[in-house]
Amino acid sequence: MALQAIVFYLLSAVTIAAGFGVVSARNPVHSVLLLILAFFSAAGLFVLLGAEFLAMLLVVVYVGAVAVLFLFVVMMLDVDFTSLRQGFARYMPLGAAVAGVLAFEMIAVSAVIANRGQAAGSTGPMASAAGVTNTETIGRVLYTDYVYFFQAAGLVLLVAMIGAIVLTLRHKPGVKRQVIADQVARTPATGMRVVSVKPGEGIQE
Amino acid sequence: MIIGLAHYLAVAAILFTIGVFGIFVNRKNIIVILMSVELILLAVNINFVAFSSYLHNVVGQIYAMFILTVAAAEAAVGLAILVTFFRNRGDIAVDDASVMKG
Repeated sequence: MALQAIVFYLLSAVTIAAGFGVVSARNPVHSVLLLILAFFSAAGLFVLLGAEFLAMLLVVVYVGAVAVLFLFVVMMLDVDFTSLRQGFARYMPLGAAVAGVLAFEMIAVSAVIANRGQAAGSTGPMASAAGVTNTETIGRVLYTDYVYFFQAAGLVLLVAMIGAIVLTLRHKPGVKRQVIADQVARTPATGMRVVSVKPGEGIQE
Repeated sequence: MIIGLAHYLAVAAILFTIGVFGIFVNRKNIIVILMSVELILLAVNINFVAFSSYLHNVVGQIYAMFILTVAAAEAAVGLAILVTFFRNRGDIAVDDASVMKG
């Protein structure tokens, strides 16, 4: 149990430190890399909680897709990031004050919630039943009781994909493209003409 | 020393707070704002998974999965809007983004 505590404190310290680095780093590329670290450590916390499937999902979806997307955008856009940091010092005191109060309130509430009701009688993190993995447990619930929500989640991703493509698609003027409608509408009358050539003369265009 | 539910909730609360703080102090840089939103959603996910684990009910993990889906969609659309905004304006300072009215 002591080992579990050590791992918990290590992972949560890394998560929180990386999260703070995300919002305070000067270079946005460092922010993205620290975001990856934060998500990876949070995945470790999920494993500690017995949610292995969600931990792997976090690594695959966030570290593999979302963070890389952020990295692409940060490196693709040629932005002067130093000018974007104006006002950092100005909003810092108010932000720190609000954040401090918010953290205190939420920790107080969660301490109360964790010590009463159903949660107080909890015997600790869920251990998977013998022979049934966490992934199987999730699958049994997700594909039966929540199958419509699962389909709706797929639709959300489809709409997001179409939206992202529509937003970033751009037709440059001056680029030659195949216009299929024009090709299909072409007839022999427009496509060719008969010229009677007199002997000794060429065809003048 | 036993790690209880309150420990995980405290970590999630601190992470959520860092996300809110990030939105406060980086008001011009929309990339960092989007990353702060991701941090907030991660904090919410930690809450869901912690409750799911300590209450021995897997439904919290299902819900966390849906949050993950929506967060991925939000990041994709948000970054697409950001790229379009950058193309039109040449920078990404969002504190004076008032060209989109009407």
